[in-house]
Amino acid sequence: MTLDHLARLEADSIDIFREAVAESERPVLLYSIGKDSSVLLHLARKAFHPSRPPFPLLHVDTTWKFREMIEFRDATVARLGLELIVHRNPECVALGVNPFDHGSARHTDLWKTQGLRQALDEHRFDLAFGGARRDEEASRAKERVFSFRTASHRWDPKNQRPELWRLYNARVAPGESIRVFPLSNWTELDVWRYVDRERIPVVPLYFAAERPVVDRDGTLIMVDDGRMPLRDGEVPSREVVRFRTLGCYPLTGAVRSAAATVPEVIEEMRTATTSERQGRVIDHDGSGSMERKKQEGYF
Amino acid sequence: MDDLLRFITCGSVDDGKSTLIGRLLYESKLLCSDHLAALAVDSRRVGTRGDELDFALLVDGLAAEREQGITIDVAYRFFATGARLFIAADTPGHEQYTRNMVTGASTADAAVILLDARKGVLSQTRRHAHLVSLLGIRYVALAVNKLDLVGYSREVFDSISAEFAEFATELEFDEVTCVPMSAADGVNVVGGGELTPWYEGKTLLRWLESVEVGGTGADDPARFLVQWVNRPDADFRGFSGRVLRGRLRAGDRVRVVPGGQLSSVDRIVTMGGDLAEAPTGSSVTVVLADEVDVSRGDVLAAAGDPPEAANAFQAHLVWLADDDLLPGRHYLAKVGARTTGFTADPPKYRVEIDSRRRAPAKVLRCNEIGVANVHFDVPVPYERYRVNRDLGSFVVLDRMTNATVGAGMIDFALRRSANVRRQRLTVDKRARAERNGHRPCVVWFTGLSGSGKSTIADLVERILHAEGRNTFLLDGDNVRNGLNRDLGFTDADRVENIRRIAEVAALMVDAGLIVLVSFISPFRTERALARDLVAEGEFCEVFVDTPLAVAEQRDPKGLYAKARRGELANFTGIDSPYEPPESPDVRLDTTALTPVEAARAVVAGLRGLDVW
Repeated sequence: MTLDHLARLEADSIDIFREAVAESERPVLLYSIGKDSSVLLHLARKAFHPSRPPFPLLHVDTTWKFREMIEFRDATVARLGLELIVHRNPECVALGVNPFDHGSARHTDLWKTQGLRQALDEHRFDLAFGGARRDEEASRAKERVFSFRTASHRWDPKNQRPELWRLYNARVAPGESIRVFPLSNWTELDVWRYVDRERIPVVPLYFAAERPVVDRDGTLIMVDDGRMPLRDGEVPSREVVRFRTLGCYPLTGAVRSAAATVPEVIEEMRTATTSERQGRVIDHDGSGSMERKKQEGYF
Repeated sequence: MDDLLRFITCGSVDDGKSTLIGRLLYESKLLCSDHLAALAVDSRRVGTRGDELDFALLVDGLAAEREQGITIDVAYRFFATGARLFIAADTPGHEQYTRNMVTGASTADAAVILLDARKGVLSQTRRHAHLVSLLGIRYVALAVNKLDLVGYSREVFDSISAEFAEFATELEFDEVTCVPMSAADGVNVVGGGELTPWYEGKTLLRWLESVEVGGTGADDPARFLVQWVNRPDADFRGFSGRVLRGRLRAGDRVRVVPGGQLSSVDRIVTMGGDLAEAPTGSSVTVVLADEVDVSRGDVLAAAGDPPEAANAFQAHLVWLADDDLLPGRHYLAKVGARTTGFTADPPKYRVEIDSRRRAPAKVLRCNEIGVANVHFDVPVPYERYRVNRDLGSFVVLDRMTNATVGAGMIDFALRRSANVRRQRLTVDKRARAERNGHRPCVVWFTGLSGSGKSTIADLVERILHAEGRNTFLLDGDNVRNGLNRDLGFTDADRVENIRRIAEVAALMVDAGLIVLVSFISPFRTERALARDLVAEGEFCEVFVDTPLAVAEQRDPKGLYAKARRGELANFTGIDSPYEPPESPDVRLDTTALTPVEAARAVVAGLRGLDVW
């Protein structure tokens, strides 16, 4: 009897959760509602069963998430009896920051990067779990599993702690923190195969359905509510689409797809020729933009 | 497709390593069209191959690297073929980045070492092979790259292969395969062997797909590492952890290491239901049949064949920090799931990485490897690194910065530690304190040379002596003339100097004395060590706070003048650092207090500590 690939990935991730909790004072799980967060939460529950995960969930909200994401979030938290902290950057709330008037880069920086820093400071969390994977983007391939952040939440890629064997170093001085990525060694395909095998609920937006969209410069944007200003002559059309990643709806491109179940999504992925982050507007804000955002404290 | 191989690629900037990995990703059809489109744009903009695709740009992910044209850290790449899944640790080859290679190799089962066919086996190649062997990797492919630039010459390839094979016989490899290659042209990476008709071996990818690394330890005696005690309520007490080796079955007899208690596995709990058996590598929660004391870091082991526990070892150390490893300095070590105090003895020798020759060393510098006896504060369950990487490895952490500063591999335990036991004494500290009428303690004066430490300490002793207290004054200069006359003023010697003083002071505390210690003692870590050696409330740190300019002006022994003239090296405050205490028990501003006032302030401080 041996472990197969998914079982080994699961065992590694559980190992990481346990080390992180044993070595920190105030851990938190950054819950962004997407499929990776769903898998992360599932693994957290497995790691500590029969205890509940000994940390709260933190959602850094931007007020521009898909409505179905928020419904899913609240239903999940209620179903599992977990503690959820929702943080909305109060300055953004006051200014009404949005991607249309302020641009995607500033929108993301103010709501997400600054919002996350505020929330971590306010609750004095010394360790935060995140669902990032090394296969997602070039700068993430260099990320440690336990990634040290300075008291100002900065990541210094040239000065990372060496990480050997499975001996993770979570020690910090007051104000400093560690970001922990239990899914570091998972690929997008692994995530979906695991969702399938473990029957993990995910937001329905990942599956094909008829949705109102407009074509903006080659990106299909879903008109999720009345706040989205339409351009002259622009009329939303109903198309069968789904999403490979989820974020703020005005910044997340849909793909035309008929994949309506997890096995169909997996099958589509095996033959896919584009990467999952391709629909993310914010990744293309300039060369090395993810690296810069990470240095500034973005997840 | 459930077979996973983790391997490391080693080579320098110019060996074409990034190109190789980019090529593997490309050939295994894992590149998506948006990646390829971006690559085409980048290749024209910053690439080095004209209008062709520059695969190196796929993996040189960080903007900083692209600017400098080098790879600066370990990157992990994922790809799959019909036969296997792969995680490739991509590590840079520069000397200053040995630590990255060691990091990448620590989790790898196989290695691909690249070299440039035009340059042959360089000292760097030997260094990579040596590090790979040291970290316990047994399966190696030597990729003789850039063969296109020597006209796919068989002679060149054969001579390089022979030279490497001879060198590799000294290393502990089970398999060495040499592949003639051009990553840029795609020759013998995946296919494309037409240009090397004389080569009948495997392409690199074929080798990666087929190499049998074995050694997962599935049939070894069980080793379960406890990470977290799971207590949701009063009725459930389980131990959450990982089966490192062997397997665990319900009903198995197990022994707790280091505690030694025996019990048996009652349940193996998971969220999906109880298991009858937990195979190697699984993360589960174990409930034992008996109420035995088990905590994080303990190992539950096959009762008939448990690992030993020890606290002193000979180990190979790889130093990873800019600050040298100083023998005697107190660090922390993480070993298994335990974090404990750690010190190293002076290195027995340093291993020159290129030649594998042994060289004498007093310290270990960044990127150096050495062998030393090391000591943990508590006994830890262990196995030799060659037998079990999980229980044979440790990392060293700095107590002040929390940085990971070193990595260690256990060679064997030092049996001596089992025989040197602390003698239990009948006349103890308390008995002595009752007779003396005061508790013992260490009064530790620290400050720059010429700050007034000795003058004040002498006055304090006179006051205490007059009051009938039992005292002893350990003065820097006096001790350096005797006990420590073999020590100089390098950082390493300063650490050893203070370590000895701290131990002597702790013995004198056991003897019931108020020990006045007057030493520059420039480093926080050593003063923290001295404090750790005695009990809570038995240490009073006195910071004789005199600004450098004032001390230099006083210069009672003329030492500052000498140091300024360059006649005295490693002089604290001039060319050797002084780390002031962050929260001393007593701070004396000698520009505002007379020596007598300062001495009275110290005596008042001791009274505040309830010494009498």
